[in-house]
Amino acid sequence: MQLSRISRMVLAAITILTLLYIYMPIAVVGINSFSPSISMAWPPSGFTLEWWGKAFVSEGAMQALGTSVVVALAASAIALVLGTLLSFAIARFKFFGQQALNLMVVLPIALPGIVTGLALNNLFKSVLAWQLGMLTLIIAHATFTVVVIFNNVVARLRRQGGNLEEASSDLGADLFTTFRLITFPRIKSALFAGGLLAFALSFDEIIVTTFTAGGGVTTLPIFILNNMYRPNQAPIVAVIAIVVTILSLIPIYLAERITSRDET
Amino acid sequence: MQLPAIKIENLTKKFGDVTAVDGVSLEIAEGEFFSMLGPSGSGKTTVLRLIAGFEKPTSGMIRLFGEDVSNKPPFERDVNTVFQDYALFPHMSVTQNVEYGLTIRGIGKSERENLAKQALALVRLEGLADRKPSQLSGGQRQRVALARSIVVKPKVLLLDEPLGALDLKLREQMQVELKQIQRELGITFIFVTHDQDEALSLSDRVAVFNKGSIVQLGTPQDIYNKPVDHFVADFVGSSNYFDAKEAKQYFDQNAAVIVRPENIQLTESSNSGLGFSGEISEVIFLGDQNRVLVKLDTGKEIFVTEVSRAFGEQRKRGQKVTVSFDASLVSVLTR
Repeated sequence: MQLSRISRMVLAAITILTLLYIYMPIAVVGINSFSPSISMAWPPSGFTLEWWGKAFVSEGAMQALGTSVVVALAASAIALVLGTLLSFAIARFKFFGQQALNLMVVLPIALPGIVTGLALNNLFKSVLAWQLGMLTLIIAHATFTVVVIFNNVVARLRRQGGNLEEASSDLGADLFTTFRLITFPRIKSALFAGGLLAFALSFDEIIVTTFTAGGGVTTLPIFILNNMYRPNQAPIVAVIAIVVTILSLIPIYLAERITSRDET
Repeated sequence: MQLPAIKIENLTKKFGDVTAVDGVSLEIAEGEFFSMLGPSGSGKTTVLRLIAGFEKPTSGMIRLFGEDVSNKPPFERDVNTVFQDYALFPHMSVTQNVEYGLTIRGIGKSERENLAKQALALVRLEGLADRKPSQLSGGQRQRVALARSIVVKPKVLLLDEPLGALDLKLREQMQVELKQIQRELGITFIFVTHDQDEALSLSDRVAVFNKGSIVQLGTPQDIYNKPVDHFVADFVGSSNYFDAKEAKQYFDQNAAVIVRPENIQLTESSNSGLGFSGEISEVIFLGDQNRVLVKLDTGKEIFVTEVSRAFGEQRKRGQKVTVSFDASLVSVLTR
């Protein structure tokens, strides 16, 4: 399609403004992490690497990072197992209530995080009388990451159809052997991509986390929230925010690459 | 008495409200090349999938050399399938595909390699062992699928329209090879097709399916020359159909008949009241033969195939002719 010079320039301007609108705030945080001011004052009065150095030796920040990684890994692992099993049930078998189950698995995406958090908090504390902590946090994160794995794997399974699995069982392989030799090699990139997305989702989650982590457990996003208005902590928070952003972007980028490479 | 390779008793399969297979019974002998022929949706593929174990019968029984396998999973049945779309494992090489069934059976590496090599030689694919399925042509994939199934020496080989995706020349070549391989191995072949030429030319016996049931079962000659009803006559070859009333008029028969177009004689002048006069309304030249459409004076249209004449006077539209039937070449329908 051919556009006139003027419309091209107008479109370019709109595009640039939109991108600025989206990325300016995060850029400000990035710039602030190098600013000598301790209160995120604007414009920055100079350049310093002080906060970056401090952030990486800050015990609280490093502990929070560790907690976040452990929770994200554990939640993704649970989600991988449950999500894969669910996708198989939905994509490869026929049973009563299949459509309903499919809907129920996917629906939590639409559920507001605050409702999920509240519901889990009630369940853990009132119904089960559990102490909130790492365990409840991991379980809570697994509930909303299962659907990410499920969506990835079920789409792959549906597209591939079941005829290779039939061929495998025809040649004498039982269900488990067929999964190991035929199905798994063909869905492993979907599993990996799903796992990365689940990790990223869990890593920067805050709403459900505030309801289910309890007082003793601080994830990185919680650490940021807690330290936002503390004197002397604001620039460190900016550093951590940038780190969280990068750590969330890398898995998503990788997941995208893996999936698109596998489709072609 | 020898046990039949496959014995099916009153087999029925329903998918929801749809009855795909409706009370099918048949016996297939060891070493037989058996075809299931029918239009799409006639139930022939479902019968094959029931024998393979991909579907569970709603009722009825399937015996493999006497043993009831009706409810066994596919991996416990000594039958193998060549799939219509080949279903080769895309992440494995040709050799790995062919060795798959042997690997599952725990056969050692050297013997596996040996057997795979033999199977690939049998289907004439020696040079392509390390390729991936995506690097093969349709015909080559077909051969890999065949090698993968026969390498495990099944008691019965099921073939689900295996030649359907190939072009005509390749298909004809593969037909000959399939027949040779079957003879060489002595394995029972059950071949599903909607192509009547394929069924007639390959099979020892053919079952013609329609609407979930077997309409006729017999040798290719039986099916072609003595079709039981209009459906079989029409589906297998082409035919001129005369309903009961017309049969009385033309042949003094009390039931509907069909006459194959090659069994009708055309002569140019009317001779002695034998036969019926009419006029040629269309001539279609097919190279080795002509299809001639004749409108009889009674109004009935019939068509005749004749060996085409290289030289001399050609059939043409408007020509007056006499049509005569040889009574022994008229097939009386029994249903």
